[in-house]
Amino acid sequence: MTAGAHVMTERRHPPFTQVGMASLALIVTGGIYLSSNLSEHVSLAPAVALLAASALLLAGNLFSLTRVEGFAWWRFFQVAKWTFLAYLTTAGLIEFAFLENHTSGGPLIVLTLSLAIFAIEVPTLIAFTVARYAPSQPPGSVRPVT
Amino acid sequence: MIAVKPRSVLILWTAAASRTTILDNMATTAPPPTMGPPAEDAHAAPRPALDFEIVPRKGLIFVAIAVVALVAAIAANKLWPLVFLHVAGGAAWTIIDLFLGLVLGPIMGSMSIPSRLEFTTRLMPKMVLIMPIVVTLTLASGWQLGAHLGTVSSSYPEHAWVVASFIVVGVMAVLALGLLEPANIAVLFELKKPQPDPAVISRLMKRFIYCAGILGIMQVATLVIMTKLASS
Repeated sequence: MTAGAHVMTERRHPPFTQVGMASLALIVTGGIYLSSNLSEHVSLAPAVALLAASALLLAGNLFSLTRVEGFAWWRFFQVAKWTFLAYLTTAGLIEFAFLENHTSGGPLIVLTLSLAIFAIEVPTLIAFTVARYAPSQPPGSVRPVT
Repeated sequence: MIAVKPRSVLILWTAAASRTTILDNMATTAPPPTMGPPAEDAHAAPRPALDFEIVPRKGLIFVAIAVVALVAAIAANKLWPLVFLHVAGGAAWTIIDLFLGLVLGPIMGSMSIPSRLEFTTRLMPKMVLIMPIVVTLTLASGWQLGAHLGTVSSSYPEHAWVVASFIVVGVMAVLALGLLEPANIAVLFELKKPQPDPAVISRLMKRFIYCAGILGIMQVATLVIMTKLASS
């Protein structure tokens, strides 16, 4: 293993995967809560609270990543854009199923926002896992002289 | 479907890798390789990147067909297509998880290093396509089927079992999307590098195999719940 590769592997990162999984778990919990009670009048407050907490974790997680020196953003965005397309399709299919079942009003808004977070969260988790082991600059690029 | 060239993989591996490089550490249970160059070759020039597609593009055609079938089934809201997609998708999901986690995983751990490299570069790209679409087919058609039959309604007598299935699927989704899928894709990116990091490959493969094992065990709970619902 080269010294460069060693440095690449040992670079310190925030607990992005753990926080991302917590965020994912929150929206899944909210989704289960709403899905279990869709046919009756249900308080949206727990689902909204879970959604807000999930969104905060997602935002905080991405912010923490911007603080990482030398993070391979080129690889992050390369992976994230394609996985986002894939999970946007998945989220769209699930949304379509909700619309076909005449889900409407508050529950539909909360479920739609939850799916939006899902469609962002999963690609960022995948992109982070790939990019954390990638070099800061794309291969062949010229590093600016400082 | 995938542009992997097994022979060239093996040749490259035996020509450029040393006992201390990448796949020596792919898993801890493997015996040391019996072939390989002498130790002085450890600092040889980097090998060319392995030739395989991370996402098999030809497979996207089958994914698109499955998506169209799912949209048509949900829009038509007919019992047979919904049952077909839910049962076929669910069976594939359960069997793949059980087989990968409890059968293939331990076998991979005992394979020789070159064999494991070849197997990994053939299996993992397919998994990148198969699992997300199988899971989407199962869940979306299952939700529509539940709405069609009234089993997602809280007035359904076995509603507690339905909620239990939501919880099991939710836990599985978090594990699969948060740990397994990222590890699957990251290991493929690492394998494509001219000089893959053995520690990274080892860490990601362990994460993938352990995750698949846990998901396989959780699929048993899914089987219990679904057979209970189907027979009630």
